[in-house]
Amino acid sequence: MTIERALLAVIIMALVTYIPRALPITLFRREIKSVRIKSFLNYVPYAVLGALTFPDVFESTGNVITALCGAIVAFLLAYFNRSLVIVAVGAILTVFVTGLLF
Amino acid sequence: MNFENKKQFKYGFKRGLPIAIGYLPVSFTFGLMAVNGGLPVWLAIFISFSNLTSAGQFAGTNLIFAGAGLFEIGLTTFIINIRYMLMSLSLSQKIDPNIGLRNRLIFSFGITDETFSVASMEQGRLSNAYMLGLISAPIAGWSLGTALGALICSALPQSIQSAMGIALYGMFIAIIVPPARKSKPVVIILLLSIVIHCFLRYIPIFSFISSGFRVIIATVFSAGIGAFLYPIEV
Repeated sequence: MTIERALLAVIIMALVTYIPRALPITLFRREIKSVRIKSFLNYVPYAVLGALTFPDVFESTGNVITALCGAIVAFLLAYFNRSLVIVAVGAILTVFVTGLLF
Repeated sequence: MNFENKKQFKYGFKRGLPIAIGYLPVSFTFGLMAVNGGLPVWLAIFISFSNLTSAGQFAGTNLIFAGAGLFEIGLTTFIINIRYMLMSLSLSQKIDPNIGLRNRLIFSFGITDETFSVASMEQGRLSNAYMLGLISAPIAGWSLGTALGALICSALPQSIQSAMGIALYGMFIAIIVPPARKSKPVVIILLLSIVIHCFLRYIPIFSFISSGFRVIIATVFSAGIGAFLYPIEV
């Protein structure tokens, strides 16, 4: 992607991020009552991140084995509630170290 | 600004400072990731300044790397950020009803998961000055962290840079695993989403569907089924 196109994409991203923030607080005065709609909105971020992560994570380093090791370490660190940064750094280091072996 | 407004702004700013500090490491990692993926430093900083969100901008940046279409990038980012509508709606009940349209348009830019959480815990009505104070430090922190990460990435050796391809996914895993541990519905929705996504990805008849739309379809179906099976009082 060219830089011009990437910049355009970023501007579009900024707009579609701003609109959901600004619209309700400027326009609506009443709350969403539907439990189904509320639940759907609540589950969306998990569903998106799940689909974004798998299976793509295994192709993220150019080597399935190092990526698998990195993903397992990330999962374990996250499972034990390590912070975002520790999980990311742990995954990077694992890929780096296993990359020296495989 | 009169005395009362100054006081409110200062109070909001103080409440926003811990959020800003918490943002530094996350946005630092985003900066590393964005520059590692090939974006110039200024664009990485501009993404953070203009988007001020985590999952949405990570996903959008990821799709930029994948060379996805502009419509897909916009729609995917929009779907991820739809949740802000709930927060914005909820805050609309909480702010001083006399705040005018222009001010609402300005401070709503700074609604994030964290500023929303802090604002909704306050007692009484929220003033315009408070909201402006609350969002300023987080906006600065998010951009500053990105700038530091982006500049440092440019200085790293190639072997470490390529290992950083996994950084973004590591962050995604860090976001989804802790809530999945606590909630069975979240686990089911994650698995559904992943299975649907893999189907669309690997079954040849679906090969006409592009990467961004695969994610959107998997999201809408799995979150929809989840809302039907496990309705919750949010």
